[in-house]
Amino acid sequence: MIPITHSIALSGILFLLGVLGVLTRRNLIAILMSIELMLNAVNLALVAFSQHWADYAGQLFAVMVIVVAAAEVAVGLGIVISLFRNRESVNVEDASLLKW
Amino acid sequence: MTLGLFYFFAFVAILGALGMLLNTKNTVAGALSLVATMIALGAIYVQLDAYLIGALQIMVYAGAILVLFLFVVMLLNLRHDEFGGSGWAKPVLATLGALALGAGFLSLLPGAFDPPVALPAGFGGYRLVAEALFTDYVLAFEVTSLLLLGAMIGAVILAKRKID
Repeated sequence: MIPITHSIALSGILFLLGVLGVLTRRNLIAILMSIELMLNAVNLALVAFSQHWADYAGQLFAVMVIVVAAAEVAVGLGIVISLFRNRESVNVEDASLLKW
Repeated sequence: MTLGLFYFFAFVAILGALGMLLNTKNTVAGALSLVATMIALGAIYVQLDAYLIGALQIMVYAGAILVLFLFVVMLLNLRHDEFGGSGWAKPVLATLGALALGAGFLSLLPGAFDPPVALPAGFGGYRLVAEALFTDYVLAFEVTSLLLLGAMIGAVILAKRKID
């Protein structure tokens, strides 16, 4: 059995890599992929806790997170396509209308 | 043996995530290295007695979501993606902050958890997970289907028309 500290450490590292991607990348698709990475890190933590405490809730929440991630990607990529149609670019700095 | 496998897949997962993060030239290659991360995480789920989640991970993430990403990247022809030079200060500060946060997090981990609870037989198989999903958590399951319906309608509307 994998010690839970190992799984949670891996989960934390992957989450931080995702945060770094969101903060530093300028490509909207890369930012969406980084968000996917963060959701995956959370899933890993949920599954690890589920095994640690022999409780199914963690695994079921992981299923919910996967569903939400799929919905988020469908809507997010729809927004990316609309943005590209309007601005001919997926650089987040070209979409700064609401930025003050 | 199992711990060695875990280290191997953890290494693959971190390597794939780094490949996605640092590959600023080729978005297709970035998406493909994220596929490696997803598959490695699926293998880790199997090691963590979550067989159903591991299978779902491979099917939904590596199969569907990343294919959707690749589809959009190729549709928009973003092979050479453009990067506005926003200076070095922000990435460096973000990296330093993430390193500090990670170091603090990892230093708190040892000894933070109680010893694990013994697992019942068949834990994590599709039968017991489905039983829990359709009895105790059936309301969440139904709400999830509504969410999927809403996301489907939203995606179709967003991708169809132009936003003024």
